Amino acid sequence: MAHKREDGREFDETRKIEAKVGVIKNADGSAMFSFGDSIAIAAVYGPRELYPQHLKKPEKGLLRCYYDMLSFSVTERKRPGPSRRSSEISFVTTKALEPVLNLDAFPNTVVDVYIMILQANASTRCAGINAASLALANAGLEMTELVSAVSIGKIEDAIVADLTKDEEDYKITKDGKKIKAATDIPVAVLSRSGKISLLQLDGKIKPQELQEAVALAKKVCAKITEIQKNALKKVKES
Amino acid sequence: MEKETKKKQEENEEPVEHEHKPRVITVPGEVLVSGPGYLPGEGTRREGQDIVSSKFGVIEKNDKLIKVIPLSGAYIPRIGNNVIGEVTDVTFNGWIVDIASPQAAFLPASECFGFINKRDLTEYYTFGDNIVTKIKAIKSRGVDLTMKDRALRKLEGGMIIHINPTRVPRIIGRAGSMINTIKDETGCSIVVGQNGIVWIKGTNVENELLAKEAIEMIVEKPFVEGLTEKVKEFLSSKVKKPKKAEEKKEEKEEKKESKEEE
Amino acid sequence: MEVSNLTKKRIEELLKKETRFDKRKPLEYRDIVIETGISKNAEGSARVKIGDTEVLAGVKLDVMEPFTDTPENGALIVTAELLPMSSPKFESGPPSIQAIELARIIDRGIRESEFIDLKKLCLREGELVWAVYIDIYPMNDDGNLIDAAAMAVVAAIKTAVFPEIKEDKVQYGKFTNKKLPLNEMPVTVTCYLVDDTFILDPVVAEEEAAKCRVSIAATFDKDEFIHALQKSGEEALTEKEIETVLSIALKEGKKLHAKILAQLKK
Repeated sequence: MAHKREDGREFDETRKIEAKVGVIKNADGSAMFSFGDSIAIAAVYGPRELYPQHLKKPEKGLLRCYYDMLSFSVTERKRPGPSRRSSEISFVTTKALEPVLNLDAFPNTVVDVYIMILQANASTRCAGINAASLALANAGLEMTELVSAVSIGKIEDAIVADLTKDEEDYKITKDGKKIKAATDIPVAVLSRSGKISLLQLDGKIKPQELQEAVALAKKVCAKITEIQKNALKKVKES
Repeated sequence: MEKETKKKQEENEEPVEHEHKPRVITVPGEVLVSGPGYLPGEGTRREGQDIVSSKFGVIEKNDKLIKVIPLSGAYIPRIGNNVIGEVTDVTFNGWIVDIASPQAAFLPASECFGFINKRDLTEYYTFGDNIVTKIKAIKSRGVDLTMKDRALRKLEGGMIIHINPTRVPRIIGRAGSMINTIKDETGCSIVVGQNGIVWIKGTNVENELLAKEAIEMIVEKPFVEGLTEKVKEFLSSKVKKPKKAEEKKEEKEEKKESKEEE
Repeated sequence: MEVSNLTKKRIEELLKKETRFDKRKPLEYRDIVIETGISKNAEGSARVKIGDTEVLAGVKLDVMEPFTDTPENGALIVTAELLPMSSPKFESGPPSIQAIELARIIDRGIRESEFIDLKKLCLREGELVWAVYIDIYPMNDDGNLIDAAAMAVVAAIKTAVFPEIKEDKVQYGKFTNKKLPLNEMPVTVTCYLVDDTFILDPVVAEEEAAKCRVSIAATFDKDEFIHALQKSGEEALTEKEIETVLSIALKEGKKLHAKILAQLKK
């Protein structure tokens, strides 16, 4: 059964992307990035002094990412405060961005990246990483390249880019038993080297399908990188 | 002789005022140039044949050197920089100073002129004092400051504003042209710290605020052509100055000329 | 870096001449922009910008068993999170006392004015009532978060709608076009004492120069009533100063009330 996407998109098509830099004046760098209805804002403060003392690294600065969602960004209210999910996403986001940052010039300091989801319709961690990458560049940090992320999904036999919540939740049940469900694969790609800094998966997929998914992610992320670049280049003066 | 010193000044100042060339913005990961012709300067790196940007900023080519001048970012302390800081703590042998940079800064008592009494350091500089100080050394644990140089002192009166440190060269201008224009037009004393902290003191608050406005104008639009002239025009139209002796002399001469023409 | 003592002195000097760094008068607000419906999954939401200060507020509804002491009333729960992204002063972690105070000040303004008619949120007395969750998030702090938050909250509440409910379960994602049962809209005005002058809508530097603040929530539709008041800060106030604050808050609050309604009509 050939799968058709509900909103009529092609398999390799993302939702409408909007990217804007410099959205939070107090921050050293900031950006907004959205995939359709999923909107993320990232703000960077740093390098700055790091407390508590025991976290200080004498050889280079530390990168700390905090991902969270506004309580009203989701359909059922999310209680304020970190959840296990947001802690994990914070962690993998840090790992996705670390490879491009050079903080050797700032030992014993920290670069704090705060990511907030204003409105959620799946792919929020990818929107967050895209916003964070822009915010880090906007903050004038030394980076080898940008980081671009997209969620890839496998629905039935189709490998598609940029899942919506409906697509993420896609499942077919028979007699109360789940027979088919979507597989969700968030991927982050480094813009110049093409290396993968974020790769997660949950679902059910064959190895060669996963290879296909990664290849599609690279292709789509190259387009996302162009959008990120243009957003940065628009900031000419302030 | 003059030409040589001018060229030297240009090389030492950053960025060079290319008022007639379009500014090209680059982002991390972008290839700036390929091939052996160029050397990678600040904000860039060499990867094989390519020179690649490592920062979000403006591309600058000087002879064979290609640099990326950042448009934003935290102040990176450099030895010899004059900065403005605020005393946040007093220890037994010096002061901890906030210089708005990622690492802590320390001013040892031994680095101050005319220093005698070692018991109560707060008599010299105390909590909340603003000082113009110089960076003497940069260590991994922090920055060491000194007061041993002319123009370094505690600041009294006036106001302090914070600006994006990457704009400091533009505020100062080529050989100080921009900052001197602001000082002359507003009659204010102004100290621009390399760390983006600026002190302004005038004969009245209104002139201080004008100088502040002029500085903020430059921070907002640093790449506008003929900016120095525009700033001068803006200020002279707003500042109410009492007639100086020079102006009175000019008026007399003008009257004399017009009489002659008749 | 904190605001310099030198700058604070200049702020005080200017106020003696009844003016400020940005040329505003002591009781003048910066430009106010109110947008609603900024987060689609919320039952109500708003973004308020006062100058560079930006605050988001959202309304989420759920059903629950009423509290035992008020079996026929719906519930109102207001929280605020001072996001570290909005200011270098805020740290991540559990809500600070500033965040708790902000939420409770806003809560009292909404609750005591009966802006939301909690009695009309009753589905079945003693069994099932609506709960209204209001969450406040500053996005950029350039002073006067309280007034901005209060505006964002009333704008979110005014434009909020009930979600669909089926067999006592909320059908999230499905909205009705039924608005919340509302009474008079409260307006919050916070007066800040800098040296010996009261100002409104301070920027961060002015807030840091202030030694005391008083927030007042009032309604103006038929008559003037004060519903909530909070004094905060190191300095103590004289009776005369409290009188001054009240008259400022009521006079300027009325103007603000008209401004807010005008923005919401757009």
